[in-house]
Amino acid sequence: MLRFLFTVVRRDVLLAARRRGDWLTAQFFFVIVVSMFPLGIGPEPGMLRTIGPGVVWVAALLASLLSLDRLFADDYRDGSLEQAMLSPCPMALLTLGKAIAHWVINGIPLLLIAPLLGIQFNLPAAALWILVLSLAIGTPILSLLGSIGAALTLGLRGGGALVTLLIMPLYVPALIFGAGAVEGVLSGSGSEAHLSLLGAFLVLSLLLAPWVSAMALKVSVE
Amino acid sequence: MNLYHYASPSTFYPWAGKLIPWFAALALILAAAGLYIGFFVAPTDFQQGEGYRIIFIHVPAAWMSMFIYVVMAFWSAIGLAFNTRQSFVMARALAPTGAMFTFVALWTGALWGKPMWGAWWVWDARLTSELILLFLYVGVMALQAAIDDPRRADRAGALLNLVGVINVPVIYFSVKWWNTLHQGASVSLTRAPSMAQTMLWGMLIMALAAWMYTIAVALARARTLTLERERQSEWVRARLEGQP
Amino acid sequence: MNWESWQTFWAMGGYGLYVWGSFGMTLLCVAAEIGLLRRHRLQVWRRLRRMKTWDAQ
Repeated sequence: MLRFLFTVVRRDVLLAARRRGDWLTAQFFFVIVVSMFPLGIGPEPGMLRTIGPGVVWVAALLASLLSLDRLFADDYRDGSLEQAMLSPCPMALLTLGKAIAHWVINGIPLLLIAPLLGIQFNLPAAALWILVLSLAIGTPILSLLGSIGAALTLGLRGGGALVTLLIMPLYVPALIFGAGAVEGVLSGSGSEAHLSLLGAFLVLSLLLAPWVSAMALKVSVE
Repeated sequence: MNLYHYASPSTFYPWAGKLIPWFAALALILAAAGLYIGFFVAPTDFQQGEGYRIIFIHVPAAWMSMFIYVVMAFWSAIGLAFNTRQSFVMARALAPTGAMFTFVALWTGALWGKPMWGAWWVWDARLTSELILLFLYVGVMALQAAIDDPRRADRAGALLNLVGVINVPVIYFSVKWWNTLHQGASVSLTRAPSMAQTMLWGMLIMALAAWMYTIAVALARARTLTLERERQSEWVRARLEGQP
Repeated sequence: MNWESWQTFWAMGGYGLYVWGSFGMTLLCVAAEIGLLRRHRLQVWRRLRRMKTWDAQ
């Protein structure tokens, strides 16, 4: 069971490593979106500090959505998805593995880039740490919930825009708790409550999302 | 079994056709009674003047918008669990009406907010969750519209609907939490503590009218969907001889 | 009775725009929904009828 999970994750990460162009696009998308905000709003440091956490978080949501529509699509096209579905291992493990791989490929780099962007927005060091921590707890949620959307829209025309429409509203709690944790540090009211709620939401999505996206895959492929 | 008898399209179609006029008539009578109470019996509010009369639309619409989403989820769950086609038809038939009520709740909320709070839109917890509910409705309808195969469209929409219904309390809680942190108690929708008895009655009757309207409209939409889906069957062909 | 004349009724104590804007939009939405529903039903009916006559030929 665990070996199956590990194989799924390893395979996807290897495939992504071979196609570095696609991977870099998503990361640069994140950087560019965040950098556009000061240009649109103005360079006033106090203002930037207020909007910084929210901007970084919204850009993280968009960046994770950008790469989602390919989560199952490539495997579906070359037939390996159907092969994997025929295997005796439970489907939920496959979707869990896919979500973990998506997080390793797209989530972890965000964690490394986010502090640099936080500095652009004039965030103090304490807030930077919490920003990274909140993204570390929050981005797996994005990958897990996103896998549901990717499975539901598998093979549809206009899949990318549709995934955004379906999944964005479900991301709301992650956005609120994640950005709220950083703002809690800035305003001095603390971030523990936000982070524990974010953690609870992660546990909930970890328990439910793989099953739901496995069911969605069955609906989409049959 | 008896229940399965009602779940078959050929039974559902004429049966729904007979029920629709009754529910429509009930909706009309209740709406007339509710509006009469709302405009002619309920007294002027001592704080909000006549402006509060929007409540007779706003609150029932908001109730229905949430209630319909849950009823949709119920039909979706039944459909997925027992594989009954007609349940999916019901879930699909409810979605546009639910979205309509959500829009009405937002619109009337804005028109209420302007004179009371001085702004068309405030990021109040309830208004914000209502907006996200509208996005959830739009998501389900867009997904079903994008899938050509009705079997897949039904199931995919049902799954998304169920995920949404699990998420709605989390979203509501998070928005409320976010709202209290950011705005404090400066803006709140709480009405005067002693709401006149007649106001409450007017609201309840209007909500009942909206409920009956929803049943009538959803049954009518479900009938059309059923016709489309069962077009190859004998009973639809026989029906087509008559009037629409 | 709350209202002395029709004029005061439509004015709604200065809140006319908001109250009638709300009730008007609701009426519009309900009417639009019923209208669209009826049109869709007629369209489906006509299409199925046409398909049936084609099949018969």
